[in-house]
Amino acid sequence: MTVDRVAGVALVVIGLVAVWESRAFPLGTLHRPGPAYMPLLLALLLIVFGIAVFAMGGGARRLLEVGWPEWRHAAAIFAACAFAAFGLDRLGYRLTMAVVVGLLLLGLERRGWALGLGLTVAMAWGSFYLFDTLLRVPLPRGPFGL
Amino acid sequence: MLETLQNLGLGFQVALAPGVLWYGFIGCLVGTLVGVLPGVGPLAGISLLLPVTYGLDATRALVMLAGIYYGAMYGGSTTSILMRIPGEAASVMTCIDGYAMARKGRAGPALTIAAVGSYVAGTVSVIALMFLAPPLATFALRFGPPEYFSLLLLGLLVLAYMNSGSMLKGLAMAALGLLLGMIGIDQMSGYFRFAYGVAELGDGIGVVPVAVGLFGLAEILLTAGQPNPPEVIRPRLRDLLPSRREWREANAPIWRGTVIGFLIGIIPGSAHVISTFVSYAIERKVSRRPEEFGRGAVAGVAGPESANNAATSGAFVPMLALGVPGVPVAALLLAAMMVHGVTPGPLLIQQDPRLFWGFIASMYVGNVILLILNLPLVGLFVNLLRVPYPVMYPIILVCSILGVYAVNSSVVDVWIMLGTGVLGYLLRKLDFETAPIVLGLVLAPMMELSLRQALAMSAGHYAIFVTRPISLTLLAVGALLVALALRPLISRTLDWRSRLPAET
Repeated sequence: MTVDRVAGVALVVIGLVAVWESRAFPLGTLHRPGPAYMPLLLALLLIVFGIAVFAMGGGARRLLEVGWPEWRHAAAIFAACAFAAFGLDRLGYRLTMAVVVGLLLLGLERRGWALGLGLTVAMAWGSFYLFDTLLRVPLPRGPFGL
Repeated sequence: MLETLQNLGLGFQVALAPGVLWYGFIGCLVGTLVGVLPGVGPLAGISLLLPVTYGLDATRALVMLAGIYYGAMYGGSTTSILMRIPGEAASVMTCIDGYAMARKGRAGPALTIAAVGSYVAGTVSVIALMFLAPPLATFALRFGPPEYFSLLLLGLLVLAYMNSGSMLKGLAMAALGLLLGMIGIDQMSGYFRFAYGVAELGDGIGVVPVAVGLFGLAEILLTAGQPNPPEVIRPRLRDLLPSRREWREANAPIWRGTVIGFLIGIIPGSAHVISTFVSYAIERKVSRRPEEFGRGAVAGVAGPESANNAATSGAFVPMLALGVPGVPVAALLLAAMMVHGVTPGPLLIQQDPRLFWGFIASMYVGNVILLILNLPLVGLFVNLLRVPYPVMYPIILVCSILGVYAVNSSVVDVWIMLGTGVLGYLLRKLDFETAPIVLGLVLAPMMELSLRQALAMSAGHYAIFVTRPISLTLLAVGALLVALALRPLISRTLDWRSRLPAET
């Protein structure tokens, strides 16, 4: 199994999902396209491209040759960002960002406490001051006013 | 000609007056600082700072806003080069080779070339704007829905054709981007497509979260956990400026990008985004060393940056000559004019020549101010690379999340950034380019609307695309590109003799 074959399958699956979801809207006609016309056309195009990528993907790099040495780190970073998205409106901007930066610097990267805490506070409160106070971009305040 | 030069003299009198010059400088400085913030592009920068100009007279306000716009564009290039985070769709192509140059210790030259290229392109295009605004605006008005559709289709084909990798994979990514662009309210019928009850997706998926996710977050996911993290770069003074070889390599792309950007920029609509993609694709195609693209090719920075800046001036052609905003930023500037009691339109040049020519001259002066302001700042920006990557990337993440959230004050955009970050991570692992996705996403709404409007105009007859000369020309060029791309495949298939076993 090569990387192109995996990608080709994925593209076909995405195209099929889009075709399925497009059923909900009127297709219209060739001369008067409806809201489903262009999505269906693009989905079919994607399926064709996916099949072509799969068919011509025999000479590509093998999937097993793709290294994933960073996957644990990537998963942790993704989890931190997901926490940020989840916590922004619920916990407030400053508290959420402080937790995210603190977890990354102190938990994941294992930097010193002084640097970690200093940057955590600076980033969370400094960025809030710049955007919310100076630039008047409203940032969410959580239940603790943070 | 003489009258234009006299009017320009009047404009420079206005633009160089101490009070006006000061606000131009403030605009450039503030714009640069705002544009440097990851995820905050020129449009967001102007939107944030527009209220600051309410207390000024019309001339000072417009000069300041134009300065903010240019400054934010340059600031966006800085984050593209140093952190691989584009502030807007037009900065996406700079991310690729600009960041690669930075990782090779050539961040200073990349920033300098971006600044000089922007200056040259901005200056030349302002001069072209002065002399060509009325006739070019008339030509731009001939672009209707059939021409837009043909142009956008051609833009996608150009990108795919000039892709150094597989054209098929490039087209597949563009199709994926186009499909993502279908999310949101259909402008013709009002149907809410693929939104699954999320009201924030009514306007579709934003370009900023997708671009930041595909490029910025994906890069962090790929790089942060590597066994050998990126080296800390300690630039020396002599590393801050381009070498002679780099200047030579940047020269022709800067001029080509200027011409491409200006010509595409005069077309109303977001077609100016295409200019950076087309410029990058052309530079890669004409380069003697195309294998360098994606690994820190100077032309990959010089061309798109120049095209971007030239397209900006070109985009002002319909705004100034006709009072028609060609791009969202022009719409904001028109709104600023109206707030200050100025009536935009074709008569502006006669009714308020000081404002009109003062604005033109301030665009030239603004380019000079930016060059003087930002070249010394190159050293400051480059020193950011001294920060170890494990400490830098959390800072980048915070700025990215904040910048993406600040656009619409919506957490949905942050989730989109996360999703596209994972998508970008996986695509790069599978050896796919992600830039076509951004182009497809930007062009999808315009392409669909243009197609359906064109068919509405022609009562459903597709012949409208070939009976209008400009549309026919654009489609013919696209067909030629497809034929050229298929020629090697056809030749191999027809040359059956070469595949016969040798006779013994």
